[in-house]
Amino acid sequence: MKVLVCVKQTFDTEAKIELKDGKISEAGINLIINPYDEVAVEGGIQLKEKKIADEVVVVAAGSDKAMDAIRTALAMGADRGILVKQDSAADEYARAVALAAVIKEENPELVLAGHVAADDGSSQVPTRVAEILGFPHVNVITNLELADGKAVCTSEADGGTQVTEVSLPAVVSSQVSWNEPRYPSMKGIMQAKKKPVSTVDAVAAENKVAIVEVGLPPAKTAGIKLEEEPDVAAVKLADWMKNTVKVEVK
Amino acid sequence: MAGTWIFVEQRDGNIRKVTFEMLSEAKKFGDEVSAVVFGKGVEGLAPEFAKYGADKVYVADADVFKDYNTGAYVAQMVAMINEYSPNAVLFAHTFNGRDFASRLAQKLEAGLATDAIAAEISAGKGVFTRAIYAGKALSKVEVTSSPVFGTIRAGVWEVVEGAGAGEVVKPAIAATDADVYQILKDFTPTVSARPDLTEADVVVSGGRGCKGPEGIKMVEDLADLLGGAVGGSRASIDSGWLGHELQVGQTGKVVNPNLYIACGISGAIQHLAGMSSSKFIAAVNTDTEAPIFNVSDFGVVADMFKVVPILLEELKK
Repeated sequence: MKVLVCVKQTFDTEAKIELKDGKISEAGINLIINPYDEVAVEGGIQLKEKKIADEVVVVAAGSDKAMDAIRTALAMGADRGILVKQDSAADEYARAVALAAVIKEENPELVLAGHVAADDGSSQVPTRVAEILGFPHVNVITNLELADGKAVCTSEADGGTQVTEVSLPAVVSSQVSWNEPRYPSMKGIMQAKKKPVSTVDAVAAENKVAIVEVGLPPAKTAGIKLEEEPDVAAVKLADWMKNTVKVEVK
Repeated sequence: MAGTWIFVEQRDGNIRKVTFEMLSEAKKFGDEVSAVVFGKGVEGLAPEFAKYGADKVYVADADVFKDYNTGAYVAQMVAMINEYSPNAVLFAHTFNGRDFASRLAQKLEAGLATDAIAAEISAGKGVFTRAIYAGKALSKVEVTSSPVFGTIRAGVWEVVEGAGAGEVVKPAIAATDADVYQILKDFTPTVSARPDLTEADVVVSGGRGCKGPEGIKMVEDLADLLGGAVGGSRASIDSGWLGHELQVGQTGKVVNPNLYIACGISGAIQHLAGMSSSKFIAAVNTDTEAPIFNVSDFGVVADMFKVVPILLEELKK
C-alpha cells in the first residue's frame, strides 16, 4: 500500500510573533514540521514498519524552505518527497487544489495529514483535499487500524471519543496524541540526503479568502502580584475571586 | 436572499451553548437570522432557537441525520443553499462543525474562515477576525465567495435572549443513505461532571508545579468548587497526570473562560497562546520571574500546595 503524508512547515510553537510591514516576520524564526503533521509522518512510517505500507511519500506545498520539512520527514524514515512550489499567500482552497492535483497523480491508498496546523490553525486543508479526491475523511484520529480495504479510526469527538469506519482510499488526519514522533537518527539524516525529492509547480487556483489585515492582540498587562505569606495571599486571592471576578461557589 | 444561517450544534437533542451565542450575535447583523438543525426527532427543539431571536428554523429531520456524518450533512446543506440562497452560514468551531464547513466549502469551491472570534456580515460580505498562531496574532480575513462561510469559536459572544418568530421551515430531504461514507461504530461520551474545557466559565489548570496526582487533585477540587473545567500545561500532560484532551496551549485547546486559574504553571509561550484571551487570569507559582505573571490579573508567588488548600476553605466561607 502506498501512503502519502501531507506536511506543512510552520513556526516553532515557542516562537514569538512580530510584525514587519503589516506582515508576520519570519526573521530569526526556527521552522519546524507542523507538530500535527509530524505525528502523521510517524504514523505512516509505523505502517511501513508493520509491512502494511510499502512506500511512504511526503508532500509539502510552499516555498523552497519547505524542503527542510520534507528532508526531516525523510530522515525520520519516509521514502520519497515532493515539493509543490506555491506562493505563501495561497489560501486553504488554493492549497488543497494544489495538493490534491499531486495526490491524484500519486494515487495512494491512504493520505495522512495533521488535523490542524499550529500556525494558521484553520484545520481545513485535509478535509478539502478529501472532497476534491472524492475520498472519505476521518478527522482528529488517535488510533488507526487498517484491514480488508478499510480504515477503522478512533477519534476525538465533541463530548467524547468515537470509532468510525471508512473504505480506502481515504484521508485520515491526526491528533497529536496518536503517537510519539521519533527523532531522526544520524543514520536517517545521512540517508535522507540520498532519497529522491521531486519539485513541481502548484496548479493555479484563485484564493477564496483575502487577508484584510494582520495585527497583534492587545498586550495583556500584568496586574497584582503578591509576594507574601501563602496563607495571607490565599485569603486575598479568594477576596479578589469573590468581589472582582464574582465567581459562584458551588 | 435568506439572511444568516446558524447551523445548530447538537447531539441527541442537547444543544451546545455556542449555537445560542451565534444566534445572539447574528441578530446584530441586521438581517434575517435562521437556525438550521439536522437530526432525528429534532423538530421539538425549534422554540429553543426562537428564544434567542431566530426568525426561522429550518428543520431537516430524517434517520440519515441521526448522528453527524459528513456526506449526508453536506448533501443536505448544498441542496438547501441552492434552494434558499442564504447570505452567510455560520457553524460552531467544534470537531464536527469544522469538518462539515470545510467539506461543504470545498464542494461549493468556496472560501471559509475557521475558528473566528469576531464577524462582520452585511450585504453578503463577510469579514472575520481569526486568532492565528493560537492567539499570538490576529488576522482579519474577507471571504470573497458566496455564501459566506465561517466557523465560530465557542465563548466569544454573549448569549442574549430576544424573541424571534421561529417559523418552522421543513426543507426537502436531499440526503440518502448512499451519501453516508463514514460508518459510526461507537461513541463513548466523556464521563465527567465538569463542563467542556472550551465552553467553561472557569478553567483551573495544573502544570509542573503540581508535582503529581496530589497536586492535580487540588486543581480538580478547585475546579469543582467553582463548577469549572480542568486543564493542564504540556508538562502535566507529558507526565501523564492528565489526558491530552485537557491540554491548553498551541498544540492543545485554546480556551477563553471568564476566569482562568493557573496552578504551578510557569507560562511557556505555547501555553500562554492558549489562555491569554481569558477575561480574568489568576496564577500561583513559586517563581517570581515566571512569564505567567506577565499576563495575570492576580498573581501569587508561592507554593500552590500552601495556597490552594487555604483558597478552597476561604471560598467555601
